[in-house]
Amino acid sequence: MTASIVTPIGASVRRKEDHRFITGKGRYTDDMARPGQAHAYFLRSPVAHANIRSLDTSAAAAMPGVVGILTGADLAADGVGDLICGWMIHSVDGTPMRMGSHPALAKGKVRYVGDHVAVVIAETLNQAKDAAAAIVVDYDVLPAVAETGRARAADAPQLHEVAPGNTAFSWELGDAAATDAAFAQAAHVIPLDLVNNRLAPNPIEPRAAIGEYDSGDDAFTLWTTSQNPHLARLVLSAFVGLAPEHKLRVIAPDVGGGFGSKIFIYAEETVCTWAAKKVGRPVKWTSDRSEAFLSDAHGRDHITRAELAVNGEGKILGFRVKTTANMGAYLSTFASAIPTYLYATLLSGQYDIPAIHCHVDAVYTNTAPVDAYRGAGRPEATFLVERIVEIAARTLGMDGAEFRRRNFITSFPHQTPVIMAYDAGDYAASLDKALAMADYAGFPARKAAAAAKGKLRGIGLSNYIEACGIAPSAAVGSLGAGVGLWESAEVRVNPTGNVEVLTGSHSHGQGHETTFAQLVSSRLGIPIDQVSIVHGDTDKVQFGMGTYGSRSGAVGMSAIFKALDKVEAKAKKIAAHMLEASEGDIEFKDGRFTVAGTDRGLAFAEVALNAYVAHKFPTSEIEPGLKEGAFYDPTNFTFPAGCHVCEVEVDPDTGETQIVQFVAVDDFGVVINPMIVEGQVHGGIAQGVGQALLEAVHYDGDGQLVTGSFMDYTMPRAENLPSFKVGLTETRCPSNPLGIKGCGEAGAIAAPPAVINALTDALGTEDIPMPATPARLWQIIQARRAVAQAAE
Amino acid sequence: MTKIAVTLNGRATSADVEPRTLLVQLLRDTLHLTGTHVGCDTSQCGACVVHVDGVAVKACTMLAVQADGTQVLTIEGLAGGTQLHPMQEAFREHHGLQCGFCTPGMIMTAVDMVARLGTDLSEGTIRENLDGNLCRCTGYHNIVKAVQAGAHAMGAPAAAAAE
Repeated sequence: MTASIVTPIGASVRRKEDHRFITGKGRYTDDMARPGQAHAYFLRSPVAHANIRSLDTSAAAAMPGVVGILTGADLAADGVGDLICGWMIHSVDGTPMRMGSHPALAKGKVRYVGDHVAVVIAETLNQAKDAAAAIVVDYDVLPAVAETGRARAADAPQLHEVAPGNTAFSWELGDAAATDAAFAQAAHVIPLDLVNNRLAPNPIEPRAAIGEYDSGDDAFTLWTTSQNPHLARLVLSAFVGLAPEHKLRVIAPDVGGGFGSKIFIYAEETVCTWAAKKVGRPVKWTSDRSEAFLSDAHGRDHITRAELAVNGEGKILGFRVKTTANMGAYLSTFASAIPTYLYATLLSGQYDIPAIHCHVDAVYTNTAPVDAYRGAGRPEATFLVERIVEIAARTLGMDGAEFRRRNFITSFPHQTPVIMAYDAGDYAASLDKALAMADYAGFPARKAAAAAKGKLRGIGLSNYIEACGIAPSAAVGSLGAGVGLWESAEVRVNPTGNVEVLTGSHSHGQGHETTFAQLVSSRLGIPIDQVSIVHGDTDKVQFGMGTYGSRSGAVGMSAIFKALDKVEAKAKKIAAHMLEASEGDIEFKDGRFTVAGTDRGLAFAEVALNAYVAHKFPTSEIEPGLKEGAFYDPTNFTFPAGCHVCEVEVDPDTGETQIVQFVAVDDFGVVINPMIVEGQVHGGIAQGVGQALLEAVHYDGDGQLVTGSFMDYTMPRAENLPSFKVGLTETRCPSNPLGIKGCGEAGAIAAPPAVINALTDALGTEDIPMPATPARLWQIIQARRAVAQAAE
Repeated sequence: MTKIAVTLNGRATSADVEPRTLLVQLLRDTLHLTGTHVGCDTSQCGACVVHVDGVAVKACTMLAVQADGTQVLTIEGLAGGTQLHPMQEAFREHHGLQCGFCTPGMIMTAVDMVARLGTDLSEGTIRENLDGNLCRCTGYHNIVKAVQAGAHAMGAPAAAAAE
């Protein structure tokens, strides 16, 4: 074998997984049909808050095709546990967070529109729906609170007895006294009130689950749309108590996007698994889009008041933040970590800020649970930091790029006042490159040209940082995580020299079957088509933590790298015997084991075969076979960072925004496959632009979801977006063996402030909320025109 | 139940359907062609686009009985045997897909776009004509490139034949 057929790290090799997707052969959960399967339909609460006085399923049970109807009473009778939140946060007063009970089917009370009241299982989905309509529920409707800012009001309806004032926790990070002292020295104090709008993740594949029970083995199988099947099994086993782990197989086959929303363990897959045994049939549920809007965990939804202390030279002295974060009606799987350790820890941005203090009140409302959505806390932090930094620059009459540059962290490692120790970066490099790619210097001329056409042109910067590669287990453990966040890998070399890699990461669009194989190909010197990646099945992969927080490259691939080290070490021992040389003289390069200083050598496949034939080495010293596993725990978070520049043109007569250019320059450390990384950036930007211009989940005053379909919730379409200009800078990440930082969330984190900074520049006002829809912008423009005319 | 007959991916096919059965349900649930996907319930996402008598149709907006007597082409029938359709090849070459869920609908829409508007498509034309298809992964950037390249490739054999 020669190096020429190897796919090296850094090559934009086309994806191995694509063939099945472009030919219609992908296998998603809803594509599965189990023999004898019945269909589940969930009766959901039509009101945001109510006690259930009575629930009568007798008429429904007699409807055609009904196999079974199950309620919260059945859950209780079987001792099925509640859904959990796996990250413990302690309040300022030292008390643990107040976790309201979260049953998979309501036990006497519903707390949001879409909350699960009962499940109907029938021969067909239509029969299940028909029967659900015949269930009689007597709701004692209670007042509801849906607004984040109203949740803690004295007269607000209370959701959970355990959480007075609808407060899940009141938490803080940073040094309040030091921050106060910094503000006392400030020449300028920049205040900012902002709202981070609630979003619906909306992967195009809706969630789905098929539960199956094998009475012969007393074992369950769950096929589900999960980003982390092992975590689902752990929660369903250890906390919900459906079955012991070794009697529950969870399979997440092809998954059609997740963006965080498929991390969590939801009521539906819990009920389908449990119900499969109750009714003695496989039970299948597939969400429709309306259900997805109601019951997939939403993202963001913060209200924040912040102040930035700046001295006379434009140096930031301190940052004070007070945020109210909406958790929805229940604490979802990782909900408590998002507005705390994934948010406040990034409030230093790319800047050397001596003192930071952040206080977060997490509140319950009568809305769908809120949890991680692409970026998860980091977009909220970046939006705040990059908006207030931009406003500070404008207040001081400084160029935004210059103000940022003056405050950049320039030496590493850098310990921020909010836990994180940044390991490597070059923020000026990405800023410089982005400004050059965007022709920042030429912007004033373009603005003048636009003005001559009657258009309002603006440019906005966003110098984001994020914490990825989640995460060192001891570190997250000390912060309240209920799990360790390492990753596992097993490399199985077959006798003929091809390789299967079992990984605990999960691919739902990220292209792991290609990038992970690229790593193996380059390391072992074998063609990429000789490598297959196995993931998403708890019966195949022993354990793993799944994919979120841009961890699959930095953590998942590092585990593979570590297992490959072991494979190479063992293969060298075998090669030494075959070549009758000492182990220390064996070199491995370009797929060949050679004896140093000689022309004697063996191809990787020859050694692999011999590992299994086991004729040429003493099996008393070296076990036959060539299969190695590794668990890798990172030493630090990784810190991708970069600079995104957005330039917009607004039509003052219509309020319509056109993004005339969007430049993204990112430092992701070492890049395995630039084509795939650029694709991740594109997709992230689209979601960030969506948040800035188009998307928002709205509940009305009664807690009714107003934006419950793609007719009402504006998803970015091709026409809303430009082609993107994407560039890279690179500082190697010192915290993992591959130097990878991660790329999955950058666009969604960086884009919203870039867009809003551009719009505020264009319109000459800082008061532009997200989403900056044409109607809102038109109103702002009209109001400013009226004020200007009145002043004349 | 109503008996219907369609020519599905070139093959005569018949099925008994309830009158309320949607074309996409017939394809996925009865005929087990699961390449056509369902991403919404309001005909907004385009994951279910197939061709009926050569025209792109959202298979969730058409009843199966309305397809009686038609030629239906799904993503599974687009390739000629092992030879990928140029538009499929272009989506792979230009990384026009990530999770792959919207991809069949995107490709079927793109092929229809070429049939309607020709093989020389501007970025603006492509973006405008992808109006009925949602993708949450790619930001459309590489889909636009793929459609443009695929359209060119679809024109190439015809141009070669004309010479």
